[in-house]
Amino acid sequence: MSAPLARVPGGIHASVRHDSAAGHVSGSALYLDDIPNVPGSLEAALVLSPHAHARIKAIDLTAALAAPGVVAAILAKDIPGKNDIGPIRPDEPLLPTDMVEYDGQPVAAIAAGTLDQARAAAKLVRVDYEPLAPVLSLDEAIEREQFVAPPQIMTRGDVDAALKTAAHRLSGEFNCGGQDHFYLEGQIAIATPGEGREMHVFSSTQHPTEIQHGVAHLLGIPFNAVTCEVRRMGGGFGGKESQATMIAGIAAVLAWKTRRPVKLRLPRDDDMRATGKRHPFLIRYEVSFDDGGLIDGLDLMLAANGGNVADHTPAVLTRALCHSDNCYWLPNLRFRGYACKTNIVSNTAFRGYGGPQGMFAIETIIEMIARHLSTSPEAVRERNFYGIGRNDVTPYGMKVEDNIIARVLEELDRNVDLARWREEIVAFNRQSTIIKKGLATMPVKFGISFNRPALNQAGALVHVYTDGSVTLNHGGTEMGQGLFIKVAQVVAEAFQIDIDNIRITATTTAKVPNTSPTAASSGSDLNGMAALNAAERIKARMTDVAAEQFNIPAGEIVFQQNRVYAGNRSMSFAELAALSWEKRVSLSATGYYRTPKIHWDFATNSGRPFYYFTYGAAAAEVAIDTLTGESRVLRAELVQDCGQSLNPAIDLGQIEGAFVQGMGWLTTEELFWDEKGRLRTHGPSTYKIPGSRDAPPVFNARILPDAPNREETVFRSKAVGEPPLMLALSVWLAIRDAISSLSDYRLAAKLDAPATPERVLEAVDEIRARAAGSGSAI
Amino acid sequence: MPIRFRLNGMPRAVEGISPTMTVLDYLRGVERLTGTKEGCAEGDCGACTVALAKPGQNGPEFEAVNSCLMVVPQLDGREVLTIEGLAGRDGTLHPVQHALVEADATQCGFCTPGFAMAMFAFSQEPGGKDDDAIHEALAGNLCRCTGYRPIVDACRKLQPVPAGCLKELPVAGGSMSSGANYCNGGQIFHLPKSVDELAVLRAQFPDAILLGGGTDLGLRVSKEREAFPAVIWTVGVSELKRVSDKDGVLEFGAAVTYSEALPLLEKHFPSFAALVRRIGSRQIRNLGTFAGNLATASPIGDTIPCLMALNAEVKLHTQAGSRWLPVEQFILGYRKTAMAQDEFIAAVRIPLLGKDRIFTAYKLSKRFDQDISTVVAAFSLSVTSGVVRDLRAAFGGMAAQAARAKHVEAALNGQPWSEDSIARIDQAIAQDFQPMSDHRGAAAYRLCAAANLVRRVHAETTSGQPAQVWAL
Repeated sequence: MSAPLARVPGGIHASVRHDSAAGHVSGSALYLDDIPNVPGSLEAALVLSPHAHARIKAIDLTAALAAPGVVAAILAKDIPGKNDIGPIRPDEPLLPTDMVEYDGQPVAAIAAGTLDQARAAAKLVRVDYEPLAPVLSLDEAIEREQFVAPPQIMTRGDVDAALKTAAHRLSGEFNCGGQDHFYLEGQIAIATPGEGREMHVFSSTQHPTEIQHGVAHLLGIPFNAVTCEVRRMGGGFGGKESQATMIAGIAAVLAWKTRRPVKLRLPRDDDMRATGKRHPFLIRYEVSFDDGGLIDGLDLMLAANGGNVADHTPAVLTRALCHSDNCYWLPNLRFRGYACKTNIVSNTAFRGYGGPQGMFAIETIIEMIARHLSTSPEAVRERNFYGIGRNDVTPYGMKVEDNIIARVLEELDRNVDLARWREEIVAFNRQSTIIKKGLATMPVKFGISFNRPALNQAGALVHVYTDGSVTLNHGGTEMGQGLFIKVAQVVAEAFQIDIDNIRITATTTAKVPNTSPTAASSGSDLNGMAALNAAERIKARMTDVAAEQFNIPAGEIVFQQNRVYAGNRSMSFAELAALSWEKRVSLSATGYYRTPKIHWDFATNSGRPFYYFTYGAAAAEVAIDTLTGESRVLRAELVQDCGQSLNPAIDLGQIEGAFVQGMGWLTTEELFWDEKGRLRTHGPSTYKIPGSRDAPPVFNARILPDAPNREETVFRSKAVGEPPLMLALSVWLAIRDAISSLSDYRLAAKLDAPATPERVLEAVDEIRARAAGSGSAI
Repeated sequence: MPIRFRLNGMPRAVEGISPTMTVLDYLRGVERLTGTKEGCAEGDCGACTVALAKPGQNGPEFEAVNSCLMVVPQLDGREVLTIEGLAGRDGTLHPVQHALVEADATQCGFCTPGFAMAMFAFSQEPGGKDDDAIHEALAGNLCRCTGYRPIVDACRKLQPVPAGCLKELPVAGGSMSSGANYCNGGQIFHLPKSVDELAVLRAQFPDAILLGGGTDLGLRVSKEREAFPAVIWTVGVSELKRVSDKDGVLEFGAAVTYSEALPLLEKHFPSFAALVRRIGSRQIRNLGTFAGNLATASPIGDTIPCLMALNAEVKLHTQAGSRWLPVEQFILGYRKTAMAQDEFIAAVRIPLLGKDRIFTAYKLSKRFDQDISTVVAAFSLSVTSGVVRDLRAAFGGMAAQAARAKHVEAALNGQPWSEDSIARIDQAIAQDFQPMSDHRGAAAYRLCAAANLVRRVHAETTSGQPAQVWAL
């Protein structure tokens, strides 16, 4: 029998279910808080600062230490190693020594026999603060030049000349808000001291290596003494990249001091107060363009609210600057980025990582240009798209070689007939006085790879056992996005074995070292390739064994559907595995991958930071209530480029989920700090992420068909985690469109994000007044 | 006496734990059933959802509840079903679980057990499974990964199949009832069964917490970890569970939940019912009561403006007897009521609308479902020969307490129901209220939106155009 042509079940490009689906629905999938405490374990609680900015005059632990069940308390002075957990710049103490810089900053931690005891004792810690004036606004931070990292700049051409000479010029400023990750599983870590200086840490983290390094620094021990392990997270979205280090670090210092296992699980309010979020941005712009909307010059300032320390802010800002072009050729530009230091919690990575804010800026500006010229945003975009072979260099000097935005937009239009849809909206608005509808489209071009080249590498470890079963390990972490199943599919494809024969194992720094965070949408690109490399190395050895056994050249050995063929002879994969052992051939291999072609010059903000771009387009219809400002998304149509998708079902889940998350950022999710800098929205009762009714009632997400990645990515797939989030800007633009309808589309709304009912109503009233003043028909 | 109930079909007689231990902590910590998750401990995310069963007329009836907001004695006599009891004893997935798997409706999976339990309870209910019903059933469950589309798809396929662990067992009845009280470590939890018993306890222990559904007080336990020394739980009092609809008056006993009240509200006050469907979530409404909403006297108190506009009354009871008080006189200020220390709320009664009376209520919030209102408005009026008569307008979220808008009423009563008359509203409402600014909305927005809600009533009663985005 010769090799059959049928594909192996569970291989690449198949809609294989999430590996943990049955565990999820039955409640048997284990999260860290589900692991039984070993006897003697302690639970921890934090003492958080009630001030946005204050000097710590004294801390009295007496009452807390005397409370029932309390075993230990820690302050900054109890950290045996270096008191710093800054992921990029060394400016972030785990616990402060003399100053608190945001409301919710951990000041001390307690370990006790039970969680209730720890939380009760935390309330007994007396901290004597001398409150200081906080800096809360971006305006104030810019004025004082108070930054967490140096300003960044990107320039091309002569923007000042372009702004002077153009036919039209607009300028102004607007804002977008931040966003809490609201992963359903709050931050948690369990630190267990081992022999000697060893420390084992279970952490709900996207970056086990950073936990390993952070804990080692804090305890003053080498990296090899710390093991970090994570099987799954209950959601991450960027919020468990650097932020998990604080949690794991405090658990580890308490465990070090008590020599007992310590679990730190933050209650939701502490989680939302103490850990960072998506950066709010202030955007100032001056843009010039011709009568047709062709942009000549753009002077853009992006000010990110970094919070109290740098954390990821410099890198988020770089990515924001790298996405302020979105799909457009800008001949003369100056992009300035400010990483502002304020007295709020330090903002951090969040799905899109600055990309959403950059695109928010340029797309809002494009919409303003369109209103100014009484034309459509689509028409303005059309004039400004990157060309093919010309006008194709980004502001950071990378040539856009894979531009398929026109194809993506055609695909969207083919699905929905935008012209007719637009007519329906206009007709509705003509006869409806209170409710107004809006429609907008949104093109997305998103760069894939970490801006910092060093992070674009990955490792994997694959073992084949003599019964043919396989265990798979790699540096990527599973937070629900389906990374583990995708990488398993790659290995199933390589070995041509059923995916059920592959056991996916927890990520641990003890198996694959020096890993990158699972972030920047890169999980399957990097780890899929590393695992493929490992599997191919084992497969090559097994091929040689088979070739010798069958006495034919290795090139004629074929792995197919759980068997290994040599012409019409064959044996099972398991038999070959057993035979390889007999022949004393290693069935274990590490795999490694580094992304080719990329380079980046931090000094000039230029290079080729991205291996490739991924594209998408969306159209969204909304309705607004001009009496109350309430809004609702009625329909969304999405097309997302996934290359040749490794798993269409998983990718579709990422597309839909990212879109709704992006909608939330732009509509209902409002972070509210009071005048003293205290976050007032720190639980789901006050911070409103979308619910099921908020998802568009007509919601069609499609994967762009027949679009293999032109670069040699893992089986020509593309990354998908972040890009579709920015499709939700269609909702933002549609709300603006609905408001603009009140001026007969001649004026642009004065609106900041999120478009809460309050902001929408204010914008409605403002545009009506302006339209009446300018004599425009309503 | 121990607390008696059944858990996934197995009898339990629990002793030696605090009576203010939450059901969530009990399940995870004592029973080691860790499928039920803590996502927020404030009844908003639904990850802790479990189902309670009781014998009904047509077999067992199930209701989804937030286990984080309940304390263990509230399980008295009940059958509790958790995610671990949903599948068959051999591990065969329940059709609800199967539907979620088939729809690719799980990503991180942390919210999934809660969704599965809410969906299970929903699957057992009579009635259609259209999108509106599905969203209502899911409003108490948050998912941050999927965008909900696959979960909603899974809901469309639901069939009322019994839970795996309960297939061969009768659902627990009242025979499992616990004793008159439950004590542990100096804490006492009273479970009175009659109004008389409750009145005696109320007089005897004036400092004891009166607990109904616990959706408000539960937060103090769940989040603040308060251990109340003494609690008197009203829900076991059968007289307080009575509902009556006769002689032109609707009367709800104090322990009647929102969910139990909904069918009659739907019949007589559809707009009130629509607003009640937006109070909390299904999980919250299965526990929360009108009496609780009144007793907490929240400045927003979604039902309070409605009850004021409808001229409803509260029955206050003591050992000596009872008295009826208009809701308007019951609410005295910020979280302050006219209830004396030995009194408790026994019932709420609402006079039915007279002929040609219009009642409408609106809720403004950042999110449609399960959000605390920025503004609540309730209007009861007649329009005869184009003239407004007997307008009662009440608002929540506009002052330290929910209150009538007397200037608004005066500006419109006896006036033509016209845009000209409505133009006087903005000034009138500013005379009635000086709202505060907070994270739910600035004072200016509250005033403007509240006035515009009068415009909405006008539009809805005079034009055929849509006046709400959610009506599209």
